[in-house]
Amino acid sequence: MSMRKLLVFALFAVLAAAPAWAQNINAAGATFPYPIYSKWFDEYHKAHPNVQINYQSIGSGGGIRQLLDKTVDFGASDGPMSDDQLKQAGFKILHFPTVLGAAVPSYNIAGVTSELKFTPEALAGIYLGTITKWNDPAIAGANPGVKLTAQDIVVLHRSDGSGTTYIWSDYLSKVSNDWKSKVGTNTSVNWPVGLGGKGNEGVAGLLKQTPNSIGYVELIYAIQNNLSYGSVKNAAGDFVKASLAGVSAAAAGAAKSMPDDFRVSITNAPGKGAYPISSFTWLLIPAQIQDAAKKSAIKDFLGWMLTSGQQDCEPLAYAKLPGEVVAKEEKAISMIQ
Amino acid sequence: MMATAHTTVDAAGLSWGPRALLRRLRTGDEIARLVTLFFALVVVLLTIMLVVQLWTNSAQARHRFGLSFFWGTTWDPVAGQFGALPFVYGTLVTSALGLLIAVPLGLGAAIFLAEMAPRRLSDNLTFLIDLLAAVPSVIYGLLGVFILVPLMRTEIQPALKTVFGFTPLFQGPAYGIGLLTAGLVLAVMIVPFIISVSREVLLAVPGDQREAALALGATRWEATWKAVVPYARTGIMGSVFLALARALGETMAVTMVVGNNPRISASLFSPGYSIAAVLANEFSEATGNLYLSALIELALVLFLLTFVLNGLARLLIVLTTSRGSGVPQA
Repeated sequence: MSMRKLLVFALFAVLAAAPAWAQNINAAGATFPYPIYSKWFDEYHKAHPNVQINYQSIGSGGGIRQLLDKTVDFGASDGPMSDDQLKQAGFKILHFPTVLGAAVPSYNIAGVTSELKFTPEALAGIYLGTITKWNDPAIAGANPGVKLTAQDIVVLHRSDGSGTTYIWSDYLSKVSNDWKSKVGTNTSVNWPVGLGGKGNEGVAGLLKQTPNSIGYVELIYAIQNNLSYGSVKNAAGDFVKASLAGVSAAAAGAAKSMPDDFRVSITNAPGKGAYPISSFTWLLIPAQIQDAAKKSAIKDFLGWMLTSGQQDCEPLAYAKLPGEVVAKEEKAISMIQ
Repeated sequence: MMATAHTTVDAAGLSWGPRALLRRLRTGDEIARLVTLFFALVVVLLTIMLVVQLWTNSAQARHRFGLSFFWGTTWDPVAGQFGALPFVYGTLVTSALGLLIAVPLGLGAAIFLAEMAPRRLSDNLTFLIDLLAAVPSVIYGLLGVFILVPLMRTEIQPALKTVFGFTPLFQGPAYGIGLLTAGLVLAVMIVPFIISVSREVLLAVPGDQREAALALGATRWEATWKAVVPYARTGIMGSVFLALARALGETMAVTMVVGNNPRISASLFSPGYSIAAVLANEFSEATGNLYLSALIELALVLFLLTFVLNGLARLLIVLTTSRGSGVPQA
């Protein structure tokens, strides 16, 4: 009997003591950075056993909604929140870039084994449906020596709302006025032409099966699955094949004109080696956090993410933040009150 | 059953009144009635709550677009312009194609299993068919993408084009994916439901029905087709509607092979989009209240569509049954 009493007492003691050492933080949002986020939260938990960050990769839209409803402590998004959304929030939200992503044009053309070069005009024309044949001068002009067929181009895109589509449509909006006025930038858009595949794997599957097709996939997916992809002409006039270094270079090129709230698009960024179809992904953090323990945990995590955390990027094929951006963000952490 | 002065007898033949109630409570009848009534009410309540939620959460889109939501053909999340027609079209066409293929196939198989096959074979085959019904839809989608789509592009669609190319139904480029492929995958998915339920219904037809037809000099097939199948018609229709409901709401397998392009085109080769597929694709990344509200209104439209089709189906049963074929109401 006394043994049982002791056990009950011990249980109560553990339950009562638990809140004192376990700091649970809930977050939700983007799926694209989920692999690195889960590694970060896991490593951070190992280094700081009293802090546990739970992340639900429900999509950027869901992350923003849950943050606005205050059902999570912070959110994550592949696209920055719009002015309207920030106004509607009723409380101040800060953006913190974490890593970079990029979209690459992949293709499947019978008989073409060499790497194709794409000009911005060619990509915009293909996705607007104004360029319909592979041997169109806009494509052939940039690829002398490659024998292109006179077949129709089958255009592929993502059917699910995604950060990759956001980057792709943001880039096309920058380089084509027609795209900007007719289609615009979003996680899903009203595609003028093409077939939709669900997820990177859906687009890649369609690519493999459909002759004379072109599609865009996330750079990480292309690297991990050995997909071949073409290079794209950047703002400096060079053809750049997407690589982690090229994506970080785009961020460095845009860092000079980086606004204080970090809400910036870095597609078509200046700089010689910059890959033009790149973007940040952000954590969305309330500027005011009532719970003092939670606040210090989140601030400490951000500091850790900008230093030690960035070392985890390359093995997982994410492009890391350039030094200029890290320095600027470290200053911004003090804005969390 | 004794009916005293203050007791009334309802349609079910149960007497009402304090003493009768007490007696039935003691025998357990009343408890069983209340418990099952509660369960039945839960289902009704769930349906009502679902509609109320969809209705209130779609308020913004309903006010913004009104009835034009039903015939709008643009779906533009950037411009905030939303119309449901291409999705309704895609949903109806793929489901109709699925039924068109699955009903004759399923009914034929059910007749064989119930009427002609030896009982052992029939039971074993039915076990396999029930297994098919339990395969997750993503598996059907994968098989569709890897096996059916290449076959459609290189063999079936070119063949259809040469034979039926003069009709608008079979024109345009053969991508392999599209409305026709989605209809085929749906047909494969729903056929087990039709076979399984129809077989049970056919087996439940009383032997007298068959024997009477045979006694009048009918051949075996005539007895089956003219006496047994009409008798089981209501149940067979039920299996078809169950299959239709599955087809209307199918998400994963459809989105993998339909092409996901909200356009209305006469050709069955062209890509399309279904309501369930667009909901699954766009819901998680939908930012902005109007966009979200429009997606929820699409869900409401799908609910309405299912409701109307079910209503029409019931009407069809009533009309065909009362046409004096001597078939009792099941």
